[in-house]
Amino acid sequence: MRWVKYGFIALLIAFLLIAPFILGPFYLRVVTEILIWGVLAMAINIMSGYTGLAPFGQAGIFGIAAYVVGYMTVKAGYPQIYLTAPAGILGSTLVAALFGAIAIRTTGLYFLMITLAEGMIVWGLAFRWDKVTGAENGLRGIHRPEFLSQFSTYYYVVVAVVALLIYAIYRVIKSPFGLTLQGIREGERRMRALGYNVSLHKFIAFVLAGFFSGVAGVLYVYYNNFVSPASVEFARSAEELLMVILGGSGTFWGPMVGSVVITTVRHQVSLFTDRWLMILGIIYVLTILVAPGGLVRGFKQLTDWLAARWAKAKAPGPVSGSEVGQAE
Amino acid sequence: MDASFWILQILNGLTLGSLLFLVASGFTLIFGLMRIANLTHGALYLLGGYLALSVVRAGQSYWLAVVVAIVSIAILGVTIERIFLRRLRGQTLAEVLITVGIGFIIADFCLMIWGGDPLTIPIPPLISGTVELFGVSYPRFRLVTLGVGVVLAIGLWFLQYRTRVGAIVRAGVDDGEMVSALGINLPVVLTGVFMLGAGLAGLAGAIGGNFLSLYRGGDREILLFGLVVVIIGGMGSLEGAVVGSLLVGLVDAFGKALVPDFAYFTLFGPMVIMLAIRPWGIFGRKE
Repeated sequence: MRWVKYGFIALLIAFLLIAPFILGPFYLRVVTEILIWGVLAMAINIMSGYTGLAPFGQAGIFGIAAYVVGYMTVKAGYPQIYLTAPAGILGSTLVAALFGAIAIRTTGLYFLMITLAEGMIVWGLAFRWDKVTGAENGLRGIHRPEFLSQFSTYYYVVVAVVALLIYAIYRVIKSPFGLTLQGIREGERRMRALGYNVSLHKFIAFVLAGFFSGVAGVLYVYYNNFVSPASVEFARSAEELLMVILGGSGTFWGPMVGSVVITTVRHQVSLFTDRWLMILGIIYVLTILVAPGGLVRGFKQLTDWLAARWAKAKAPGPVSGSEVGQAE
Repeated sequence: MDASFWILQILNGLTLGSLLFLVASGFTLIFGLMRIANLTHGALYLLGGYLALSVVRAGQSYWLAVVVAIVSIAILGVTIERIFLRRLRGQTLAEVLITVGIGFIIADFCLMIWGGDPLTIPIPPLISGTVELFGVSYPRFRLVTLGVGVVLAIGLWFLQYRTRVGAIVRAGVDDGEMVSALGINLPVVLTGVFMLGAGLAGLAGAIGGNFLSLYRGGDREILLFGLVVVIIGGMGSLEGAVVGSLLVGLVDAFGKALVPDFAYFTLFGPMVIMLAIRPWGIFGRKE
């Protein structure tokens, strides 16, 4: 199984590297979006999947970075990317620290509703604070610097940064810190009894997710050259959360798989209908009813089952108890 | 800033608060008993408003429109509860997520049928126009809304604390299993509460459809107001919904009048303070 996995990852990397040569401009943009939304979903997964607290307003934190970059470029007159990118990421991280400090005091439904309201604060500000955010019209003309103006060049930057982020998230989740988070998810009281500072762990997880979301926000705003309240609204947060759940909350690659499915479907659907929100709602309902565990887990069950069958066919004889005596 | 400014803003705050109470009471009722954060609530409100609008446009009276909005949204609520929520009972996250999905479907349906531009439900002359009150002329319909809010608050309080049904509901909040063991058909009670909560959203829509008008995104906006109200007041608490909606209504009215650019900050300020001090709200219970 290990070889299959590495082979798959190698194929994926190869595909991403040659994509500009084999895909048209439309699909190259789709791939770019898949990567950005996917990495944002992976950041959400740190909370929803590994810590057991589902944030309902992550698009707000993501959007802070996009708006900071936009404001500095279009309104404040500091368009240099070495200033805007760190400022944007810092903005998202600080807002995540503020929101996290409030939200992590609660769990379950309360956490969910508070993060929902927090995300909506950002949306409300984006929508109403005309002087800074341009309100409904958003901020236009957020151009990339000269050396990135070619889209295919920027595409490679996105691939590289997303790869780095995925590696960073992997290290976080596999670290003792990440394992502690999973411990909190499984039994908060027990972890507290073992002497772990549960609140601090949750807080750091929230801030880390905010940091990763901020990087995704910077990538997005330079990709899109435009940011508007639609980028930070609840539907955006909900779509991200759906990617996490559809792919498999608490599985490492699940959110990215979810992004592949949802982003592709959205682009295909938007070619012939405006009813994306309705379709998103339908996918939501179907996911919850049919595949609440997510695609990655379903796929793993399938491959495990196939592998078991294959092993059985190869080496007949005593297998696991329940299968003994089954008719071939 | 003379006396009439203050009177006007206080009236604005009280009347908005009373509309918010209609929204938040339904939400908090469902949350209190069923532990479901029903995020379709905003979309139900919007659909209720649009249905009422269509009834009035078809030449029928506004009163009939209100009844149609309440009844049809209540039926829709029961349908959602019976078909979807019942099979997810106890799975907190799945319950919330499915209401998110259904909310999107309903909101987009509204957009498809009625479009996104602001529409206002016309109201009969009996309750339109303005009245002189404390030296300011004030829209009569807003005062009617205030009256509806007060009557409803008293009615719901009476229902919850002075009737057998209310006693069952309160007992169900504390210990559902025990209530079932005593021979009470709890699932029916749950469905009834959900119906009442959804019906309140429909009523709020029929009123808010004139008060605030109906437009694309109105579902989110009202849901947000409702959330802030219940977070401040305490989720699941009727008293909390009363206090929270008045507070939010007043803060919003004064915020919009005094610092229009930061109206959202003034709205969220009290919420953030409350969360920092008492995350479970004024009347909420610590979990």
